[in-house]
Amino acid sequence: MPDVADFIRKLQRRRIEGSHATARQTAELLRSVVSQTRMPYTNQAAALLDSVRAVGEQLIAANPVELAVGNIVRRVLHIIREEDLSSSAVSFEGLMISEKSDDEEDVDQKGGPVLSAAAVAAAARSTLRPRSLQTLLEDGPTPAVPSKSSSAGDSEGKSKSDKSTMGKRLKHSVIEAINLLIEEIDDCYEDISEQAVEHIHQNEVILTLGRSKTVKEFLYAAKQKNRSFRVFVAEGAPRYQGHVLAKELIQKGLETTVITDSAIFAMISRVNMVIVGAHAIMANGGVIAPVGMNMLALAAQRHAVPFVVVAGSHKLCPLYPHNPEVLLNELKSPSELIDFGEFSDCMDFGAHGGAPLMHVVNPTFDYVPPNLISLFITDTGGHNAAHMYKLIADYYSADDLVIKRKSTSSN
Amino acid sequence: MAQKKGGKSAASDDPEELARTPLQAVLLADTFNLKFRPITLERPKVLLPLVNTPMIDYTLAWLESVGVEEVFLFCCAHAEQVKEYIGNSHWGQSHAGFSITTIESNFSMSAGDALRFIEGKNVIRGDFILITGDTISNMSLTEALQAHKDRRKKDPDTVMTMFVKRSKPMPLTHQTRLGNDEIMMAIDPETKQLLYYEDRFDSSKRAVTLDKSLLADNASLYLRTDLEDCYIDICSPEVLTIFLDNFDYQHLRRHFVKGLLHDDIMGKKIYTHEIDSSYTARVDNYRSYDTISKDIIQRWSFPLVPDVLYAGNRAQMRLQREGIYKAPDVTLSPSVRIGAFTAIGSATIIGENSSVSNSVIGELCTIGRNVSIDGCYIWDNVTIEDGCRLSHSIVCDGVHLHAGATLEPGVILSFKVEVGQNITVPAYSKVSLLPQPSKQDSDEELEYADTNSGVIDSPSIASISPANIEHDHVSSFDTEQSVLLEGGLSGVGYIWTSCETGNEEEWRYSVAPIPEEKLKEFYAKMFDEDESSSDGEQTGITHSGELISESKSTDFDDSDGEYKGDVAKFEKEVEETFERALGGVAEENVQLEINSLRMSFNVTHAECAGAVFQSVIKSAIITSNSSKSNLLKATIDAIERSKGLLSYFITNVDEEIEVILKFEEMCMEITREFAPIFSSVLHQLYDKEVITEDAILKWESEKADADESDKVFVKQSEAFLKWLKEAPEEDDEDE
Repeated sequence: MPDVADFIRKLQRRRIEGSHATARQTAELLRSVVSQTRMPYTNQAAALLDSVRAVGEQLIAANPVELAVGNIVRRVLHIIREEDLSSSAVSFEGLMISEKSDDEEDVDQKGGPVLSAAAVAAAARSTLRPRSLQTLLEDGPTPAVPSKSSSAGDSEGKSKSDKSTMGKRLKHSVIEAINLLIEEIDDCYEDISEQAVEHIHQNEVILTLGRSKTVKEFLYAAKQKNRSFRVFVAEGAPRYQGHVLAKELIQKGLETTVITDSAIFAMISRVNMVIVGAHAIMANGGVIAPVGMNMLALAAQRHAVPFVVVAGSHKLCPLYPHNPEVLLNELKSPSELIDFGEFSDCMDFGAHGGAPLMHVVNPTFDYVPPNLISLFITDTGGHNAAHMYKLIADYYSADDLVIKRKSTSSN
Repeated sequence: MAQKKGGKSAASDDPEELARTPLQAVLLADTFNLKFRPITLERPKVLLPLVNTPMIDYTLAWLESVGVEEVFLFCCAHAEQVKEYIGNSHWGQSHAGFSITTIESNFSMSAGDALRFIEGKNVIRGDFILITGDTISNMSLTEALQAHKDRRKKDPDTVMTMFVKRSKPMPLTHQTRLGNDEIMMAIDPETKQLLYYEDRFDSSKRAVTLDKSLLADNASLYLRTDLEDCYIDICSPEVLTIFLDNFDYQHLRRHFVKGLLHDDIMGKKIYTHEIDSSYTARVDNYRSYDTISKDIIQRWSFPLVPDVLYAGNRAQMRLQREGIYKAPDVTLSPSVRIGAFTAIGSATIIGENSSVSNSVIGELCTIGRNVSIDGCYIWDNVTIEDGCRLSHSIVCDGVHLHAGATLEPGVILSFKVEVGQNITVPAYSKVSLLPQPSKQDSDEELEYADTNSGVIDSPSIASISPANIEHDHVSSFDTEQSVLLEGGLSGVGYIWTSCETGNEEEWRYSVAPIPEEKLKEFYAKMFDEDESSSDGEQTGITHSGELISESKSTDFDDSDGEYKGDVAKFEKEVEETFERALGGVAEENVQLEINSLRMSFNVTHAECAGAVFQSVIKSAIITSNSSKSNLLKATIDAIERSKGLLSYFITNVDEEIEVILKFEEMCMEITREFAPIFSSVLHQLYDKEVITEDAILKWESEKADADESDKVFVKQSEAFLKWLKEAPEEDDEDE
């Protein structure tokens, strides 16, 4: 598949950057992979899982530091599992109903409405994922999941049709679900920024570091709701994306102050809330974010300023930061820090026995431990750091955490 | 992708270029020099690994990243190997970012020939990028390409945009960190037009000769020595035709660039584009191989770094702390010490108590126990047995070092060489399985071994090595000692004599750092130069200063005055030396001292002779009281005493005349006591054979036209002169 090779190359050469773009493109690519997969007669879900996993492994290897790729691959795998379960549940339930319809008549009448196929599917889904607080709450009062019920409802009628159409249906429903995922990725900014007014209050001072599109939208949304507040932007050396953000904010009429990263500690006492974006949220509630963020988080903790991370759900990574697969950081070119020409004589390997005395290190990310983070705002609402693993359990299935064809082929 | 789109939209704005030609690149996969011999006898330079990835991969990856759509790969030496590599790699496949076409010519000896050959193929349709296959870069091309196109629109005579990068040369050795010589460029500060290019500029002379018109035609210009030529050019198609017209152009810079700059008739213009933050460098010699490898490990070339750019089949290296790159399947004994900035390739095994620092180790290597490796480049499949010591060397594929072998700094071991037990390979030696071509033939620009050398017919190692072993055991090759075999164990390989540069210059381009002693030597030399010519600084050029063409007339006066002062100073020095000599220093030592004084003050032989004579005469005054006869006697004694010295410094007629004139001057000014006895002293000098008859007569004839006041001494010695003139006649009569 040429698309895959092309995308892998782009990832490798770091030509796609930013988790949002990467996530979206990964989802699109996987959708085309799913649609191109030939479906066998038996065990169709396994075939889909295998092909997605095969591509996913390559994608993750192409740019291991971009965790969004792995997240989306796992999300898609999870989608396939879910759809498989629900469709098999539907067919099973369909058979049950047709055979035992006369016997169960009275039961139906007694127990209220018939358990719809969708409800069974939801139940099956809840067995698939570990029991989390949220699923318990969801499943208790409303047994049917409304979003899925329509598709499951249609399928009920055709449940007895032959297996090839069923295969198509599985594929079809997986593609549908991936489309929903893409939509979700696209809409994450809106969903997050809807919550802005609940968090940003009148005359507050907000501090942010670097440039995050999520933060920008969040602040815009608050501004649109006529909240008046001030924003401090730490410039985010060495890329100085903070300068860009400041420009964008000013165009929207937000009062903005640019400070250096090193002035954060001096300014933090005047700040009411720190709102930052993230590169990835790990399963333990820790955050991988642009360099300098840990310093900011520590400063916020010292002055008891709330440290809020806004991030779309595609940044939720089911791995822990200590997992060996996780590449936490990437060292970029030192030329972002210093001018090569100016320092070229300090880096002459001809002298000093071949080892220059000057080294320049330019890490991209920081790891912020969960205890420093007051609140996560994702597209599903606000969460505590300690709650992250449960949220993650809703999106991913435990079997997919390690994506290696060989090790998981036995599944 | 973004760049590509940018290029497209920019082109569509321009009505002339609606029929857009794809961006093309000519990649020369042959460097047409011998700097990487003997390695390049067996493998083309572009396929040599640079931090475990062939150089050409870096170049192709860059071309792809800047949105090049068609690449013409020109191969000459080892064309088959290059083609095979490209065919097997992902570059040759359809989903690569560009199409790649190989052009093969076995008869091209230079970049000029290659470009003429490509011209003949008629494939270049528009502006193209000219690059060699050993260039590492991560710069963006969009801006420079646009600038080039804009200039082309304004002035169709623009043929080329050259990329330059700021890089300070080392003040001591006058070479850049890549081991290249300093380059002197004159650039128009406004338009960035290149006005002057000299790649063999010697800044130690502190002077540069520029064409007068250069200063006349340009209001201002920058003379810079802190630039490095990246050897990446954006060329217009005219470049090819220029090469075709000037069939003697071989070298891109030495012939083409200089040729265009000197040639006013064609009026072609070359511009420069200075790169700021991004990285560009070319592997031109072993020193740059070392430097660039280290730059890559320190990630200057990001994203072309080992943990990102890797196309091999084996496990990819991952970056760990302290700049250590390690593949996941490396086997290290727990006691191995890995220093900072080291890369270790896949499936390599390192034994107990070994230490590795500042080095790159390839794939599938086996390294034994107690081995120390510092600053080395070890390629694939190398076996190093226990107790070896390697420092600052390049070890190619398949080399086997037996236990206890030592590689001194700067050693190059070519493919499959074996070094016997406990043998030390001396510094800067190059060892290859292939014997060195006996003599450098005229077409030395070829990268591969020429069949003319008569030693080998094919570069296949398998067929040769058994013969070599036998040959080596019998006798050593040529005049070279077979150091490898002294241990009597299985060493295989020839030691090459350094051919081009000579041993003296070997350290300059070696993979090893410059030895301390050399640096000290240079430091001392520079210090001396500064001492003696610190006044001459006004001609020196600051690193990027603007040269101001005024204030020249005053300079000359200054230097003239300086000059006179120097001579007086010199005379004083000589006098002091002479006084010390009277204290009983051996005559040779005095000679030596005065000679060295003469050289350091840069005075002529004649002036020196005069100074010595003056010292001799002055010594006479010191030892005598003022009576006339005593003075004469003392003078004669002094002359007698220093006769050897005088005759050493006074060797020809001119110097003798100088001595007489000096004496005359002394008599009139400093030491008037001598005035009465001038003729007697002159006679004495003649008698002692310090001054010959010719000189005296010449002196007289010179004085013939002088003022009356100047003739005092001539008149005084009239009798002596008369006698002199008669004397030869007597001689004649005698015969």
